Amino acid sequence: MTADAGPARRRARSRTRWFWIFVGPFALGLGLFTYLPLLWSIALSFFDAHNTVTPTDFVGLDNYTAMLSDDAFLDSLRTFLVFTAFIVPTTYAFSLSLALMVNRVRRARAFFRSVFFLPAACSYVVAALVWKMSVFSGVRFGLANTVLGWSGGDPVAWLSVTDPPWYWLVIVTVRLWLQAGFFMILFLAGLQRIDPALYEAAAVDGARPGRQVLRHITLPQLRATSVAVVLLLVINAFQAFDEFYNLLSDARGYPPYARPPLVYLYYTALGQGQNLGLGSAGAVILSLVIAVVTVGQARRLGLGRRER
Amino acid sequence: MTISRRALLAAGAGAGLLTACGSDTGRGDDTGAGPRLSQWYHQYGETGTEQAVERYAAAYRKAGVSVQWRPGNYDQQTAAALLTGSGPDVFEGGPTLDQIQSGQVVDLSHLLDGVKDDFNPAVLTPKTYDGRIWGIPQVIDTQLLYYRRSVLGDAAVEPPDTLDALVDAAGRLTTKKVKGLFLGNDGGAGALGATPLYAAGLRLVTEDGRVGFDDPAAARTLARLHRLYADGSLLLGAPADWPDPSAFVQGLTAMQWSGLWALPQVRRELGDDFGVLPFPEDGSGAPVVPVGAYGAAVSARSAHRAAAEDFVKWLWVERTDYQEDFALSYGFHIPARVSLAKNADRLKTGAAAEAVRLTTEHGYAQALLWTPAAQTAYQDALNRIIRSGANPESELRAVVGKVSAELDRVKRKP
Repeated sequence: MTADAGPARRRARSRTRWFWIFVGPFALGLGLFTYLPLLWSIALSFFDAHNTVTPTDFVGLDNYTAMLSDDAFLDSLRTFLVFTAFIVPTTYAFSLSLALMVNRVRRARAFFRSVFFLPAACSYVVAALVWKMSVFSGVRFGLANTVLGWSGGDPVAWLSVTDPPWYWLVIVTVRLWLQAGFFMILFLAGLQRIDPALYEAAAVDGARPGRQVLRHITLPQLRATSVAVVLLLVINAFQAFDEFYNLLSDARGYPPYARPPLVYLYYTALGQGQNLGLGSAGAVILSLVIAVVTVGQARRLGLGRRER
Repeated sequence: MTISRRALLAAGAGAGLLTACGSDTGRGDDTGAGPRLSQWYHQYGETGTEQAVERYAAAYRKAGVSVQWRPGNYDQQTAAALLTGSGPDVFEGGPTLDQIQSGQVVDLSHLLDGVKDDFNPAVLTPKTYDGRIWGIPQVIDTQLLYYRRSVLGDAAVEPPDTLDALVDAAGRLTTKKVKGLFLGNDGGAGALGATPLYAAGLRLVTEDGRVGFDDPAAARTLARLHRLYADGSLLLGAPADWPDPSAFVQGLTAMQWSGLWALPQVRRELGDDFGVLPFPEDGSGAPVVPVGAYGAAVSARSAHRAAAEDFVKWLWVERTDYQEDFALSYGFHIPARVSLAKNADRLKTGAAAEAVRLTTEHGYAQALLWTPAAQTAYQDALNRIIRSGANPESELRAVVGKVSAELDRVKRKP
């Protein structure tokens, strides 16, 4: 060992040590609480695991065939593809417009930002209960029905009637209210990173403010933010549970309307009835659907592609 | 003030150590003689119940018992906890067929030697599997149809004794401000469940473990429930769902399906201006009252199984004074012991006496073989029949298929 190699090696060792001190606990937690259960669940999906997490009865792909031939599960997957196709563009448009408006405000900027962001701090459960019990309560003194009553309309049982499916209105509005503010903040951050010189150059070149600038300057510049927002929205939509469960379930179960795949799995396999093999198979299928949709989307939209 | 990274890290580590030193093992510090047992209850809505069960536990001398009062989705919590060694020793629960079959709960038959006949058979049968008893029924809960005497009287409507009469009465009692009947915000699928089938003389599962509603009468009966919904006679979207009598006592509805537990509140608010009915008969059936009961069960993973069994025997078999107190002093339940139910003063008069009579004559309990998967399939169909006007025959045919497969599965198990 030469005399001057010592300090360098020591420095390298010390760097490694600090790397593990900072990253180690996180990596350990991730492995223990995320990857291990994930792998375990994949393993369970090949077993008949009624009321046990250490099953012995290997059944191959039986759980998958059972799940994929279950109309109720397929129905909930279909419903959520449609729901995603609707809620993602809606939330995207809504939060982008909010961001554009708040970004242009000259006065009380902090106030508007906070006001629109505040709902993001509200719990899904609490918001669902407020929506269910006061805003969209089915009796004549609920908020929505009071407003309807002014124009002489009959009270509507928003969450109970299925034709027309008014419950979607309740679900979509609560979701928009809860999420729009958060995504608005992401868009705001993106908007503020756009170089003002671009707008000035566009103005000099005679671009009309408004649609033309939005389409050719703002949106292309927001590309990275947009891709991230869309991906998050898609994943959120497929993982929906809280507000649906709190809006539509009762002590005895969840109706076959607007039933998210996770809620269905909870009732048939992962809650009181512990058919953990079947439930895990359903969860794996759902994860695959999410993975396929998001990866496909990421490739099409070019996530992580270097911005030129 | 600036905090150096090192100081922050040290503070973090310190906080971590402090948390690790916490001794919240959920077992309490009660130092009774003998082993420590943990006992789980779901959260009862009535005030005083929690203090009462704490009192019973403290009075037990042979082991230290700590009570856990668990709000939220209790059945799901116990199902998950029973997979591990850190679950309860003693808990109230079904116990469910899957828990029994996979050996998560222990056989308690020997605790009932000599007193078995004193337990109401309607609630003891669903705790029995393979000739052995897996849970000691704690109390009997039942559901009934409450009706407002004055409102029915004003409209010259008789208390309905058939399902057709109920549909008719609900229609005639519905006005612009008051609905005729409240069966829950989902139109009745959750609250009623299998009750209409029993009222039509059918069963969910037959004695020999086959589907009990593969019969044209089932579709006819369920179609009548859709009539109630389609006529607009049902209250929907009430702020409090059917287990709560608020909609009934506030005059939003003339009749409501709710539990016996609501009776004290209804009596307090309405005095004698109400009556109770069973679910009315349909076709060649008979009126029915659904009954249910949590059973006290012992986890097979308990480290002190014998001590846990002794405690269950002491509380739910020997201490009849506590059993009566638990059933009647807080909420309103019928004691599971026939001798207690017969002698309880509070059950001897008025609507309470009527409820006890209806339960004794018309009570039915959900079969043990009816699993959550079967329940989900049936309830989905019922929802679609009632609210979407789906064809009852084809819906039921699909349910029969699913339920038979599920019954085959549970019968295959040892």
